[in-house]
Amino acid sequence: MNLNLDFATILERWPSFLDGALLTLQLSFIATVMGAVIGALGAIARRSSHPILNRIAGIYVETIRNTPLLVQIFLVYFGLASLGLKFSAFTVAAVALTINVGAYTTEIIRAGFDSIPRGQIEAAEGLALSRAQIYWHVVLWPAVEKVYPALTSQFVLLMLASSVTSQISAEELTAVANYIQSDTYRAFETYILVAIAYVALSLIMRAGFWLLGLALFPRRRRLGTAL
Amino acid sequence: MGGSINVNHLMFLAQGALWTVGLSLIALIGGGIAGFIIALCRIAPNRAVRVVSAGYIQLIQGTPLLVIMFLTYFGLPAIGIPISPLAAASASLTVYVSAYLGEIWRGCIESVPRPQWEAAEGLALSRTQRMSKVILPQAVRIATPPTVGFMVQIIKNTSLASVVGFVELARSGQIINNSLFEPFLIYAIIAAVYFALCYPISRLSRRLEQRTGFVRPQLVEA
Repeated sequence: MNLNLDFATILERWPSFLDGALLTLQLSFIATVMGAVIGALGAIARRSSHPILNRIAGIYVETIRNTPLLVQIFLVYFGLASLGLKFSAFTVAAVALTINVGAYTTEIIRAGFDSIPRGQIEAAEGLALSRAQIYWHVVLWPAVEKVYPALTSQFVLLMLASSVTSQISAEELTAVANYIQSDTYRAFETYILVAIAYVALSLIMRAGFWLLGLALFPRRRRLGTAL
Repeated sequence: MGGSINVNHLMFLAQGALWTVGLSLIALIGGGIAGFIIALCRIAPNRAVRVVSAGYIQLIQGTPLLVIMFLTYFGLPAIGIPISPLAAASASLTVYVSAYLGEIWRGCIESVPRPQWEAAEGLALSRTQRMSKVILPQAVRIATPPTVGFMVQIIKNTSLASVVGFVELARSGQIINNSLFEPFLIYAIIAAVYFALCYPISRLSRRLEQRTGFVRPQLVEA
């Protein structure tokens, strides 16, 4: 076998890779923020005594968690198109990823809710806090604090999964790689470099979440318990 | 464009679904064997072995499966190793699954209570005996719910084999869509079939979790 690797030609294209990586981060950021909001609302719905609300949230979570992201992306892409709505590939990708990660976040935050001792809520009621105040101060924040590690790994996995949106030609990192390898015929080198780029991105995200955790949960820092 | 969906299309989808199941089994068995070795490497007495296996897991878990697929299917032929779609999909999934199962199972092995290890050592069992006769039988019980849960991820991830042209469920849907152009209907059917495959396994995993009272050590997604 005559191995003749040439990383230099691929590395010359670094501006395209950088654009792709930035788009990947943008997609992940939008989906993370929106997904966290959906997750919090979904988890509240999951715990509500309202049967229909509860049921809808349950169906949403189970449907998303038991079907592949690829199929979800196609459904959103063609579903919006068949409704006559024209969106850019980026918008569709962001919507599909948000719907996807929202379901996983709902499950994680719900698990966090379940870990809040009943006595805490009773104490808050005894202090005459309103329902909204109880949810915000006593249930949501402590719950998120508890499941923060699980949430962050979910968001890192989301960033990796965003590579699938290359299939509807969102111009993120994997799509850039597909283009470059078809242009240079250097598939092996291209995908090795892209794999390294993804590993770097996930390390950057983990570091970012760690810092964010320090800022969001000062109690943890004071107590010295690891996040 | 090309008429409505008929029995032949459904037969084609059924065939695709069969390949999805087949590919999932290949990934589970291949990834299971490799993952088991990795789990053992992660807790090996030799430091170098531990570091290398930890690096492998970090590397694979930091790379999207899609990129691993492309690397095997397009990358290997480019350096002179021809590979079929089935072989590429199987190899990529095996590598991917091994990293996740390796880490899940390491957690399971390590969660066997410490006194069990010490008692086995006190009985003068060798390392191999200790593992095979004391630790692993208990670890298997702990590992069953998360492993069943991870099977759902495997089934969903086989959909990515469609990008290298392997005709499983998602790809057969794309092919039918190319002739009928009813994307929403067809992908809804595909989603329903995936749901029918995955949901019973999800339920089973949750039941097993409740019965054993162990929590999944890691949350994984596809």
